[in-house]
Amino acid sequence: MRSGNVYIYIAVMAIVTYLIRVLPLTLVRREIKNVYIRSFLYYVPYVTLAVMTFPSIMDATGSQWSGLAALLVGLALAWRGASLFKVAVACCATVYLLELIIL
Amino acid sequence: MGDSNAKWFARGLRAGVPIGLGYFAVAFTLGIAARNAGFTAFQAALTSFLINASAGEFVGFSLIAAGAGYLEVAIMELVANARYLLMSFSLSQKLRPETGILHRLLIGWYVTDEVFGVSISAPGYLNPFYTYGAIALACPGWACGTFLGVMLGNIFPASVVSALSVGLYGMFIAIFVPPAKESKIVRALVLISMAASFAFARIPLFDGISSGVKTIVLTVAISAAAAVLFPIREVKRDA
Repeated sequence: MRSGNVYIYIAVMAIVTYLIRVLPLTLVRREIKNVYIRSFLYYVPYVTLAVMTFPSIMDATGSQWSGLAALLVGLALAWRGASLFKVAVACCATVYLLELIIL
Repeated sequence: MGDSNAKWFARGLRAGVPIGLGYFAVAFTLGIAARNAGFTAFQAALTSFLINASAGEFVGFSLIAAGAGYLEVAIMELVANARYLLMSFSLSQKLRPETGILHRLLIGWYVTDEVFGVSISAPGYLNPFYTYGAIALACPGWACGTFLGVMLGNIFPASVVSALSVGLYGMFIAIFVPPAKESKIVRALVLISMAASFAFARIPLFDGISSGVKTIVLTVAISAAAAVLFPIREVKRDA
């Protein structure tokens, strides 16, 4: 069971999380010139999004196969230049329709 | 870049539509976790409004439900949300150096995976109003979804929750595929990242490590290796 005050828990979580996000944004005011750090920061978003997408997308759905199918549909549509919204909707539709059949 | 702040806000709103919808669905399931930790709908929505982190909140609620103390919760938040440190560093380079402190404090409140994703993929320097437009839909989706999740619990059919929950991954895909199509290096990195992530998630040896820590370790290791092997002389800032 819970052992403390809910509002203190919320404050603790909020302060820790806010500091993580706001310190780099406020402390780093200049452009970083070092080519290695710049390259690192350029690669970070793509690497982290790829890491978070797979295999998690397969665990988010009712069946691993529908998640995998959504991944493939999303990759194909994005490769062909579909917008963010279209890709997201197509992934949802893929899972919904597939799970109607296989579950 | 000569466009007005209002135009950028409108563009941000458009980018925010799938984010808001996806957040609503995910937050709904988050609300159920919050209820198990003894949070009221208001307290859970307040948590979502202030923290805006799916993994961080999930982990927080489950620790609290298990009777953890404040320090334990603080450390776990630090670990679960450390990837936002990297994202904020990236974003700091996306802002014009003269961008004011208020904008920085406000953007810092909402560096989530998705809002970061659309912000970083905007052309040229980031106009903060683009991010605000996305937040204007993401924030109510996230907070209201949590609120309703506590109130309504398990009323939504599982098939709908299951389908909606991949919407967020669809957005991730739409963000990393275009640069991967353009650059062989990014393409290779994406494939390596997915393969490594799959190995970390499925090999029992790594079971003791939380998914937040795995994400940080892989992101830092792969990005650092790429930066050393393939430094970019000119990071693009077109348009």
